[in-house]
Amino acid sequence: MSEKHDEVSGATTTGHVWDEDLADFTNQPPRWWMLGLAASAIWVVVYWLYYPSVPLPAANSYFKGVGNWSAIREMEADTGEVDAVRGKYENKLKDLTPAAILADNDLTEYVKRSGKVLFGDNCAGCHGTNGVGVKSKKDGLFAPVLNDDDWLYGGKISDIHTTITGGRQGMMVAHHDTLSEQQIDDVAKYVIALSEGRGDSEAAGKAVFMSSDCVGCHGADAKGMQAMGSANLTDKIWRFDGSLEGVKRTIAYGVNSGDPKARIAIMPNFKEAGKLSESDIKKLAVYVYKFGGGQAETPPAAVPAETAAPAKAAK
Amino acid sequence: MSNNTDQKDAGNVTEIYQEFETWSVNLGEKTIHAKRIPGFFRNLKYITGSLWIIFFIGPFLRWNGKQAILFDIGNRQFHFFNITVLPQDIWMLSLLLLLLAMTLFAVTSVASRVFCGYFCFQTVWTDLFTWIEEKIEGKPPQRVKLDKAPWSFTKVRLKLFKHSLWLMIAVLTGISFSSWFVDSFDYWHNLLNFRLPMVGWVTLAMFTAGTYVLAGFLREQTCFWLCPYARIQGVMTDSQSIMPTYDVKRGDPPGKIRRDAGQAPDAQKSGDCIDCYQCVQVCPTGVDIREGQQLGCITCGLCLDACDSIMDKVGRPRGLIRYASLDEIEGKPVKKLHQHPRTLVYINIIVLALCGIIYGLTHLGALTLRVIPERQPLFITESDGSIENKYEFKVVNKTDKDMFVNVLAEDGVAGQIILGAEQPLLTHHGRGTSFTIFVKAPGANVKHEVTPIEFRIQSAEDPSVSAEYRSKFNGPKPD
Repeated sequence: MSEKHDEVSGATTTGHVWDEDLADFTNQPPRWWMLGLAASAIWVVVYWLYYPSVPLPAANSYFKGVGNWSAIREMEADTGEVDAVRGKYENKLKDLTPAAILADNDLTEYVKRSGKVLFGDNCAGCHGTNGVGVKSKKDGLFAPVLNDDDWLYGGKISDIHTTITGGRQGMMVAHHDTLSEQQIDDVAKYVIALSEGRGDSEAAGKAVFMSSDCVGCHGADAKGMQAMGSANLTDKIWRFDGSLEGVKRTIAYGVNSGDPKARIAIMPNFKEAGKLSESDIKKLAVYVYKFGGGQAETPPAAVPAETAAPAKAAK
Repeated sequence: MSNNTDQKDAGNVTEIYQEFETWSVNLGEKTIHAKRIPGFFRNLKYITGSLWIIFFIGPFLRWNGKQAILFDIGNRQFHFFNITVLPQDIWMLSLLLLLLAMTLFAVTSVASRVFCGYFCFQTVWTDLFTWIEEKIEGKPPQRVKLDKAPWSFTKVRLKLFKHSLWLMIAVLTGISFSSWFVDSFDYWHNLLNFRLPMVGWVTLAMFTAGTYVLAGFLREQTCFWLCPYARIQGVMTDSQSIMPTYDVKRGDPPGKIRRDAGQAPDAQKSGDCIDCYQCVQVCPTGVDIREGQQLGCITCGLCLDACDSIMDKVGRPRGLIRYASLDEIEGKPVKKLHQHPRTLVYINIIVLALCGIIYGLTHLGALTLRVIPERQPLFITESDGSIENKYEFKVVNKTDKDMFVNVLAEDGVAGQIILGAEQPLLTHHGRGTSFTIFVKAPGANVKHEVTPIEFRIQSAEDPSVSAEYRSKFNGPKPD
């Protein structure tokens, strides 16, 4: 840089002149600015040394950094924090029956929140988001609605827990060989009339129902038996399809009967599947119960005494 | 600078450069040691400044066994005597900020930077720090001498004493600030046992350092170059605002007083200003008010006291420097306050904001209720054909006790029953509680896809404590 001077002030300039007389002074940047620059330079070096920064392609590796930091380790540390928060609830869940969990407001609230993910991952595929059921035009309801108060295998917390643990398989034989088309039509009309509360108006169908194997599973009052999962035919809820055609198809081809046109009703055994832990299954049972359809144990004393009692006494 | 005629020809642009040569900019190279002259505005500043005592003792006020005014950040509550404001009511804060901003604007448009001169923590703390400095190191000439003197035992002793007093005030400031946000007695207890949380130490350290540096060293530099309000207020004033002003017509040209001139009018070639520089010497920001209103002037009025005392001594009328508007000084007709539309607009906004805050504080209520209907599924058909809706209730109990509430519903569907609230439900005080409520109605009575329903929660003990929320009851599409 050659020594140039401003004509007016005599100050040293860079020598560049714009618009005839506009020149740049060679003033030093402020001290604080230079200090900042030096500090930044030092920071860069420290940063490079502390963190993994230099790839070493020849060794198929990289310089690990003196801080030994890695994204995975940081993530693991963070998940540890989350687990610590959940831990106090999860530890309690391990030793409690689902009924005892329900009796504890805090735990129930925890399960209602954490169960959402479990339900979404494992149950919603068949039962729909929030258990609203999945329907198709061709096959009707694929899996039962879980929000309502109608339960094929029982709506008590212990029943729900058993269902999830062991799975369920519906069974109804096909009747297209044992009943005539007319009989199937009659009995279908009778069953629909039952649901609408005017069962006696279909005398022909009632005669078929009472004389055939229907009563064997659904009972003479047609209210079904939860022990074997036969549906209550007198309520307004249909497991598959409540239209006349739909009911006729169920009667003619059965459920899980092996016939190609049969209804399919299989809930897998989640314990055997091994994907869910004991706690997960308990959580899901409480979560499903809390959709609104869960039925209280009657009488309340029926809560398995040996495990639930200490929890209750402690409250 | 060699060719004066050239510069004259260059016109206005060059004038700016010429003005710049005589323009002194205070960049803080020299510490300003301002004189203290007693007077009306000096006393006024002592009185307004001492309002900040509230800042120190306010956190120790108790009310019903709790701190009267507490910005409880940890629990997200604001306590003001009887009133507890929760984050739900934070909209009032925006009105309060609006109110404060408009008050600042209105006052500034009427009487210029009153806040800067009399109330601002920066000028008040600086005033306190320089007062201490004067008590320890003496009057301005002695202070200048002491600064220049080589280090000696006396100098070290005086400086050490001064800085430790400054630091004590700074620490006390930091403690007092923190005490507005946590219980003050707890805070002192934790402080003395060295058990403050990290954020507490950081806040205390930052406030101590900030007070010490800003009031002890930066002083008027803060007003000149750091504070945005100095600039904002600068543009809020106009020719109608009154501010400390040098009466240029009466005072100029300044001239030294001559004893032989006497009171004869013909002998008075110069104006009333005797160029004594007292107004500059007392100025805490070191400006010369005779150059007109300027950025550095915080309108504290100390130069008025100084000038008046001199005018009394030389037997000329007071008020050479006085609170006056530019219009008045220039001899233009002085408008009344009601002829100042801008101020009226500010006052209107202030009144509106005030009404909003009063409405908010009188309608806080003890309970708030939000009801969120379940959206998937919108409704459930039960086995007996009835329709059930699920609702998430979010209740905030603003009282200081846990409360049991009953749930009721109005409108809705004939024959509906509420499930999930058979017993009164517990709501925790000072925070939100949520619970799930079901409403079940006979299917035959559900005539519409959507039926309005109003939920009400009321305290089990005192039904007048209640909150309502309008929601909807969903049903199937009618055939």
